This record gives sequence, C-alpha cells and structure tokens, in this order.
Amino acid sequence: MATIQSPATEEIHPDVALVERAKGGDEAAFEQLIRQYDRQIFRIARHITQNKEDAEDIVQDTFLKAYQKLHQFQGNSKFYTWLVRIAVNESLMRLRKRRNSKTVSMDEDVQTEEGSVPRDFADWTPDPEQQYGQGELGEILRKTIQGLPPGFRSVFTLRDVENLSTEETAEALGLSVPAVKSRLLRARLQLRERLSKYMKVKDGVTK
Amino acid sequence: MTCTEFLAKMTDYFDGTVAEPLLVEIRTHMAECSHCEVTVNTVQQTIHIYRNQEIYAYEMPEPLREKLRAAIMEKCRGCKPSR
Repeated sequence: MATIQSPATEEIHPDVALVERAKGGDEAAFEQLIRQYDRQIFRIARHITQNKEDAEDIVQDTFLKAYQKLHQFQGNSKFYTWLVRIAVNESLMRLRKRRNSKTVSMDEDVQTEEGSVPRDFADWTPDPEQQYGQGELGEILRKTIQGLPPGFRSVFTLRDVENLSTEETAEALGLSVPAVKSRLLRARLQLRERLSKYMKVKDGVTK
Repeated sequence: MTCTEFLAKMTDYFDGTVAEPLLVEIRTHMAECSHCEVTVNTVQQTIHIYRNQEIYAYEMPEPLREKLRAAIMEKCRGCKPSR
C-alpha cells in the first residue's frame, strides 16, 4: 500500500481488517460493517434531506457505492469517515434532484450573514425538554433545522449530533478545518436564535 | 476582548482547545458580558437538545434495518468490488 506507514505502536482500527476481508469477497465482513454504521448513515441522511424515504434509499446507495469502491479505501482515514463522505454526497444529490436541478452544494446559501450575530439574549427555561411533549418538541426541532441551508445542516449534524471531530467533519465534507469551524459557529448561532422563541423563559415563569 | 472576538473563539472554547492566556480572557469576558454568557449557555442547550432528541427520533426500527441490509447485500452480490 502506497501510504505513509503508521508508527508500530499505533493500533490498527478493527474496520481495516473487515474491509480487507470484504475486498477478498467475504460477505459476512461487509455485512458486519453495515450493521455497525447503518443507523448513523440513516440519521445523517435524514438530517440533510429531511425525508425518511430518501434517507432509506441513501443508506442503500451509500453501502452499495462503498462496496463498489472498496479498493479505493486506502486505510489512511477511518472507514466510517469515508462512508460518511459518500452519504453526504448522495444526500446532496437527492436534494438537488428533489429541487428539480436547482444546485445544491456544500456552498449553497452559506454566504448569508444571517445568524452571524446573536440578537436574542433571553435565558432559556432550564428544562425545555420537559416543557413540550416528545412529539411537539420533535416537530419544533425539525422545523428549526429545516430552515438552515444544507451546508450548515450537514456541519451541525456531523459535528454536534453525530459527534465527529472537527477534523473528521472536514474530511467527510471536503472542507478545510477553518471552513468547518466558521460554518459550525454560524449553524449553532442560527439554530439557537430560531429555537429561542420556543425555549426562552416566559413571563411569570420562574427559574 | 469584544463580543465579536469572543464569538470567533467560541467553537475552540467548546472543543477545549483554547490555552491560557486566551482562556482567561474568554472566561473574564463571559463573567462580564451577560449577553455572551447567555449565548454560550443556550448554544450548549441547543446542541444538547438536538443530540438527545434526534438520535432517539431518527432511530431505524430493527425490521427496517434488516430489510435494507438484505437489499444491500443482494445488490452487492450482483456487482463484486472492482479492482
């Protein structure tokens, strides 16, 4: 393999062995990789597309594409990050199709200055999750995140919901680390601003 | 430190990658500026709520996982990995 050798002390990620076995035609190994990551890929696709059926198709397309391109995976990034990158691209492609060829990319709408500066400084109720029923809160969260441009939604989902590191998020989205940080800040501020109207302490409600 | 400078460092602050003396400046600013203190707290709540709720809400039921996995494996059998 024409990659920089890892120091001998560094442990090899167990996925690397599974990928090697899958490359050699071991179906059970690839099935194991699906079991490990299907839920995360579904959530990411669901977040970006905001559509359940699309997310189901994307799970299938992502793993199929990964299988077809397994030889391209060189092991110098995590298999999961590599998979997420495929899923994000598939998700953006779906959005593009659904919007009837209108361009959807990581850069769409992110030039906006909206949300760069916080405006609402009211404190939130200490237990917003208790204030609404499960269904109602879910609806508020969905409506709120739907308003973000896909480029911001992707960064927030990978970094804050799925807990990828900033570097992994950058790699999965094909962005630089400073670009991820800048988009993440604006995504967080925009979401906070939009959620504020539902979550802030109301008159007469004590903390 | 101004509020704009503070916001620019907020992501690094959350990641725990800010070292002194900048860390002291950030903490001092938060202690003195109620707007930035509220912003930090409510951004943290935003992240917490999404992480808690969405992971639960977007969980795939087991039968759906099985169905998708079977469909993927079926398609994979029809196209071996290219070299």
